[in-house]
Amino acid sequence: MSYKVVHYINQFFANIGGEEMAHIEPELRDGFVGPGMALNNAWKGEAEIVKTIVCGDSYFAEHEAAAKEKILGWVKEIKPDFFIAGPAFNAGRYGYACATIACAVQDELGIPVLTGMYEENPGADMKNKILIVATANSAAGMRKAAPVMAALALKMMKGEKIGASCEEGYMPNGIRKNFFEKEIGAKRAVNMLVNKLNDKPFTTEYPMPSFDRVAPNPAIKDLSKATIALCTSGGIVPKGNPDHIESSSASHYGEYDITGVDDLTSDKYETAHGGYDPVYANEDPDRVLPVDVMREFEKEGKIGKLHNIFYTTVGNGTAVASAKAFAAEYAQKLLQAGVHAVIMTST
Amino acid sequence: MVKEIERAGIPVVHMCTVTPISMTVGANRIVPTIAIPHPLGNPALPPEEEKALRRKLVSRALEALTTEVEDQTIFEV
Repeated sequence: MSYKVVHYINQFFANIGGEEMAHIEPELRDGFVGPGMALNNAWKGEAEIVKTIVCGDSYFAEHEAAAKEKILGWVKEIKPDFFIAGPAFNAGRYGYACATIACAVQDELGIPVLTGMYEENPGADMKNKILIVATANSAAGMRKAAPVMAALALKMMKGEKIGASCEEGYMPNGIRKNFFEKEIGAKRAVNMLVNKLNDKPFTTEYPMPSFDRVAPNPAIKDLSKATIALCTSGGIVPKGNPDHIESSSASHYGEYDITGVDDLTSDKYETAHGGYDPVYANEDPDRVLPVDVMREFEKEGKIGKLHNIFYTTVGNGTAVASAKAFAAEYAQKLLQAGVHAVIMTST
Repeated sequence: MVKEIERAGIPVVHMCTVTPISMTVGANRIVPTIAIPHPLGNPALPPEEEKALRRKLVSRALEALTTEVEDQTIFEV
């Protein structure tokens, strides 16, 4: 007995038409259609596409709820062992449809799913929710994509262990898999360096997170009228760390009132940071959060005012996403409080 | 975090020792500091000199906040 598979494709791959036919409503067909043949062949009878769902890309985009309902209804009735969508390559609406419908089938019907597309396809944003095989950016990549998708799909159907993204061909989904490399680290590093020196392609084993950029805001015109806030990732907190900010991988930030505080002293403040030698910061917390000199500048009229709240967290293995969320939240509080500028200190 | 503050519309200066990290995370105004465990101090100095050093560093940060920049800029002390 072979595994039953339902395949989702768009009007173009079903040979109905291009953009002019993108409005068509979902239809259900027996057996495989178009690219389904390559998948079926690769499965050699171990799995088989029993039904193909065809839907126009614009229809799905414009009537998502209706399309989803109809398709989920069919899939529920067919009760397949697996649901596969695409591959969509760099077709944006198609990729979005593949990822969205696959995610719905997985989440609402509990059926394992797989899709494939180019990594810059907007549908690839869902790569942490469902497995998405990385493909070329045009349908010319079908010959390469179909066997990779078929092999991974069959593994999933059989309930076999899924290897790392680089072994199986899916887009990294943030879940770490351990495996043994064939060559030792030193050799891999030298190979990488030689490729780099020769302008040949090489793949890093430790990709840096991608960072976006924000344009600088205009400068402060008159410091003597400005309210300035102090913020830090150096973990300065009131003694005893009342909000239990973690010494690494912080899950929250703290906000503390320093009204009337002219100096951060070792009997009242300390650092919660576990990623640097805390001796100097505990001895004099102004070495990380310079409240003492800001108060002096305030008294001298160099600045208008030191904001009476400081915001703090521990920047030690703390996820970029967490840090981003902390600051996005307290930046709004700073705005509401009429703060004109911020000094952020980091250890 | 600096980027989120900047995104909210508040100019921000990042005072840190490892300025390449500050560049990577996207700070626009950067003032280099003394050392990782004591960015705004130097325990080897007598207290008055240490305070003077901190005043100098923070003054530089305030200058950075009053300086228009178009791109990521390191304000050497």
